[in-house]
Amino acid sequence: MKIKGGVSMFFQLTEEQKMMQKMVREFAEKEVAPGVAERDEQSLFDRSLADAMGEMGLNGICFPEKYGGADSDYLSYILAIEELSKVDDGVGITLSATVSLCAGPIYAYGTEEQKEKYLRPILEGTHMGAFGLTEANAGTDAASQQTVAVADGDHYIINGSKIFITNAGEAETYIVFAMTDKSKGVKGISAFILEKGMPGFTFGKKEHKLGIHSSITMELVFQDVKVPKANLLGKEGEGFKIAMNTLDGGRIGVAAQALGIAQAALDHAVKYSKERVQFGKPIANNQAIAFMLADMGTKVEAARLLVYKAAWNKDQGLSYSKEAAMAKLYASDIAMEVTTDAVQIFGGYGYTCEYPVERLMRNAKITQIYEGTNQVQRMVISGALLR
Amino acid sequence: MDILVCVKQVPDTTEVKIDPQTNTLIRQGVPSIVNPFDKNAVEAALQLKEKQGGKVVVISMGPPQAKDALKECLAMGADEAYLISDRAFGGADTLATSYTLAAGIRKLGKFDMILCGKQAIDGDTAQVGPEIAEYLDIPQVTYVAKVEINEGVVRVEREHEEGYEIIETTLPVLLTVVKSINEPRFPTVKGTMKANRKEIPVITVTDVEVDPERLGLKGSPTQVRRIFTPPQRTQGEIIQADSARESVAILIQKLSEAKII
Repeated sequence: MKIKGGVSMFFQLTEEQKMMQKMVREFAEKEVAPGVAERDEQSLFDRSLADAMGEMGLNGICFPEKYGGADSDYLSYILAIEELSKVDDGVGITLSATVSLCAGPIYAYGTEEQKEKYLRPILEGTHMGAFGLTEANAGTDAASQQTVAVADGDHYIINGSKIFITNAGEAETYIVFAMTDKSKGVKGISAFILEKGMPGFTFGKKEHKLGIHSSITMELVFQDVKVPKANLLGKEGEGFKIAMNTLDGGRIGVAAQALGIAQAALDHAVKYSKERVQFGKPIANNQAIAFMLADMGTKVEAARLLVYKAAWNKDQGLSYSKEAAMAKLYASDIAMEVTTDAVQIFGGYGYTCEYPVERLMRNAKITQIYEGTNQVQRMVISGALLR
Repeated sequence: MDILVCVKQVPDTTEVKIDPQTNTLIRQGVPSIVNPFDKNAVEAALQLKEKQGGKVVVISMGPPQAKDALKECLAMGADEAYLISDRAFGGADTLATSYTLAAGIRKLGKFDMILCGKQAIDGDTAQVGPEIAEYLDIPQVTYVAKVEINEGVVRVEREHEEGYEIIETTLPVLLTVVKSINEPRFPTVKGTMKANRKEIPVITVTDVEVDPERLGLKGSPTQVRRIFTPPQRTQGEIIQADSARESVAILIQKLSEAKII
């Protein structure tokens, strides 16, 4: 077995991974941290942060140099998502949607022409990406696609709409799924590459969400959008497979987001419990608090091992579908628990916007829902176990 | 134009804690960083290189782990990095450090410009840069906030508390830079990977022409006797009686009570 990025059962990052982690950590602390509360309060998407990440090369970490990437490994990319998410996971998911959900499938299924035209600008950091699968009536049941693509000479004509699309309106490139043959069910779904600005392709309402306010979420609307046949991704009817394989990888990104949130909540809780004095001593001196911290720390560490292991499997070319589902399921569930406990440790202060833990708690919730609900993850995991 | 930048690896002072028993810094577990002013120096060098061409060489004197600091400078875009490291150099004060650095620089060749941060955030002496210039016998300007080069003439703005002094000098020159000169760039992913793969040669005592008596602890006239936190100055008392005569009378009374007069 070819080992890329480390030695078997050697729980240390490589020098390169450590440098990458430090680089993103410094960027997050210096550039992302200053506006985090403002972006949350005002639901501000900051394009300049996405551009800065692009310029640093974060979009291209795990792609070949041939297409403008850095030819590093997937784990390094996962470390980047984790570091960003410790500070502002909305910014983390902005990167994750571009990389995992848009660049990923173009790299895996695109033609050389598509890679030159659409992958390169993303990897070189000038374009953002998005992924349009979910519809009003096709969430977990992704096969119930209502959006249709009808072949018409050299083109397809696409009609329909997509909801809850991360990076919508900001991204230049969109992977969009549509029915090309309704009679074939899931085998009748195809994937297309759309460009922002194509006639008939517009954006609907901007969602007001519980959390991840610094990430933009909008509706995609298609009215007779004429898409060249050259923009069909993969073959006709391969759409469902492309979507599912893409989400397998995307899940590790969401898991890393959840891990970052949980680590941040733990760090804040540890610091606060040492500073907050009640009854003449720091509250950390109470075993009730100290044991909560112990449980939180253990959960975070277990999640980290699952997340890194899933990324490592992907790097080694091993199967990672079950591992990614486990990592996403566990990391997001413990992110919810750990952030809730962090709010509890902060007490009344934790419930106010003066402290960051309430934001972490609100943001953690989405990681249990998107890129496959945790119920879907359990389906994937049990499916693999019972095969 | 070939530029050499001297950098120092320092403990991240925002994370440093003081041991209350011994009053010394607790260095264990404190992350090491590139001295922030030295990062400004690297950025200034990279900007000059972008305009004028040439190369940027970074050196540091320190233990083997100082290579991490050099790697960070390579990731920012420096072309080469060298570590000056040997047990014989250990325990050096600023005089011995600048003597050793100057010897290392001589060994690496001729440079048009040498850049340093204005001072290191751990020692805060601001002596090493100027001393290197003296050893190399080249002009120096400290506290530089802006630098331009036109047809071999270096024009700098030297920062003062109340403004700038504009100085012109020729190359070669050594400049120490302040924070306001620029905003250091973030390394890129590709730069980081390239830096990690780049070899950093180590210059040891046998590589340089030096007088062994002037190295390390032996060559350091500065001896640290004691490190302590200075007592906090309490606020003075302002005596404000109805007249100056009365105020003086109260003052004299207080001073005699305190047995000062």
